Amino acid sequence: MRIDPSRLSASEQLLRSTRQRRARKLLGHAIVYAVMVALACIFMLPIFWMASTSLKLPRELMAWPPEWITSNPQWGNYAEAFSKYPLARYMLNSAILVIANIIGALLSVPVIAYGFARFNFPFKNVLFILMLSMMMVPGHIKLIPLYVLYLRLDLIDTYWPLILPAYTGSPFFIFLMTQFMRTIPRELDDAARIDGAGNWGILYRIIIPLCRPALTVVVVFTFLWTWNDFLEPIIFLRDYESFPISVGLAFFQGRYSVEWHLFMGATLVSILPILIVYFFAQRHLIGGLASIGIKG
Amino acid sequence: MLSVWRKLTPQERRDARTGYLALSPWMAGFVVFYAFPIIATIYFSFNEWTLAEPPIWVGLDNYARMFTRDPLFVSSLRATSSFVAISLPLKLVLGLMLALLLNLKIPGMNAFRTIFFIPAVISGVAVSLMWIWFLNPDTGVVNTLLSYFGIRGPLWFWDLHWALPSVAIMSIWKVGGAAIIYLAGLQNIPAHLYEAAKIDGANRWKSFWRITLPLLTPTLFFQLIIELIDAFKIFTEAYVITKGGPLKTTYFFLYYFYEEAFRNANMGYASALALFLLVVILSATIFVNYTSRKWVFYEN
Repeated sequence: MRIDPSRLSASEQLLRSTRQRRARKLLGHAIVYAVMVALACIFMLPIFWMASTSLKLPRELMAWPPEWITSNPQWGNYAEAFSKYPLARYMLNSAILVIANIIGALLSVPVIAYGFARFNFPFKNVLFILMLSMMMVPGHIKLIPLYVLYLRLDLIDTYWPLILPAYTGSPFFIFLMTQFMRTIPRELDDAARIDGAGNWGILYRIIIPLCRPALTVVVVFTFLWTWNDFLEPIIFLRDYESFPISVGLAFFQGRYSVEWHLFMGATLVSILPILIVYFFAQRHLIGGLASIGIKG
Repeated sequence: MLSVWRKLTPQERRDARTGYLALSPWMAGFVVFYAFPIIATIYFSFNEWTLAEPPIWVGLDNYARMFTRDPLFVSSLRATSSFVAISLPLKLVLGLMLALLLNLKIPGMNAFRTIFFIPAVISGVAVSLMWIWFLNPDTGVVNTLLSYFGIRGPLWFWDLHWALPSVAIMSIWKVGGAAIIYLAGLQNIPAHLYEAAKIDGANRWKSFWRITLPLLTPTLFFQLIIELIDAFKIFTEAYVITKGGPLKTTYFFLYYFYEEAFRNANMGYASALALFLLVVILSATIFVNYTSRKWVFYEN
């Protein structure tokens, strides 16, 4: 039966157009989803391939055409990778560096930011701008003098060169924390002062507990950057037993003929801590990145 | 300095003392980790020094060698600038396109955000190792997929013409990092502007060029500077994957610096290289900053 549109009542026409609009919206969503899923698959291909390779038999590595997902997964490959490469040792080294750096950042950054956010003193603005401009100085410029200095102090091949800078506060974190502290009302400080708290009491009992979001950003970024750091460890460390995981993996790839099924497993294991931290902290991480984007 | 101090009231002096005390870790760090190394690098660059013997003052010799008779300086500079020229524009444009997609108000978008951001948080070493295998000329995924269409894929990292583009493609895989920052910028654009434009009859295409892009220029500007500095510092990928090859096509500037300083122990010449890269990065930043007055839109 054909319907002449002119004979429909006004309410029927309205119903029709909302239905059409809803259908169009659904179609739009479907197209967007299809595009996003396709893109996501492409983006995840290298990681998928790494995971798939890590479960293969050696002879399947060079088989053609390659199998996307192996029919008999070799979970034992992971045990073999751990026994063949000192993965556990390297990850422990990385964990030690991460913890030492996080402690350093947590001790230094809030105190420095407190100075910038709450006290007035001559040359404060000059010092603040000086600190910000250090964010623009690329790290490679420091390497030779620091290497020579550490050589003289006999600190090469110790963890000190990789830990000490954290205890003086990174400009990016200081900036982030100062901006955050400025949003905390000063009335809270004054109330605590009337109750008899001193400057440091106010910092540790009032301000720091309120800074939790900013502190989380500091912890998460310190974790990621320390775990992923490569250039400084290869310069300041020599003994391969002391390598963090990033350097350790590159070391083995460079020196031995690579057994790719074991090696892809090792690489996957090396990024697991990063992925776990990322999944739990992504809200803070993205928020932290966004804040530099907006205020920077 | 002393006269400034004398003008303060006792309370202000107490405040100032606490302030300086709070800043003291950073000031110590500034001296040891910034001021000293930068000044020392400048001084070293006028010396010949292999660590075994005391430095010998050679004046501008290192710079003369760099600019007139060092083919590696020229080729490493060319490799780095080609990498910057390929990866930087692609990363800026693709990052924006991805951010526009991720900004659509559709349920479940958070899951996609999480996925696209993963490559940006993984270490350069892990990414490099993954991609060596991913782009393997024989059994790698890309060449396998190409073979389905009857195309013989290139040797990627081991091909004279494809090595540099391969490193650039790999860096573009991390585009999610840029997209997240764009996304924050996009979400800061007030929705009422789009509503007003819609009432005035603007379509989506028009409101992108007239509203989104102008209001996003501060983010774009920030992104340009960050990515620029980052691209000039490319190192890990070359160190792990190509060792600078084939035929030095991926022998990037920072890799050259690293080998001069820490393999050949030519501390003087390497310092001159380091300073040169610093000057390049700073002038690029200042140049972008200078032109920003013409294209960055600031509210008010």
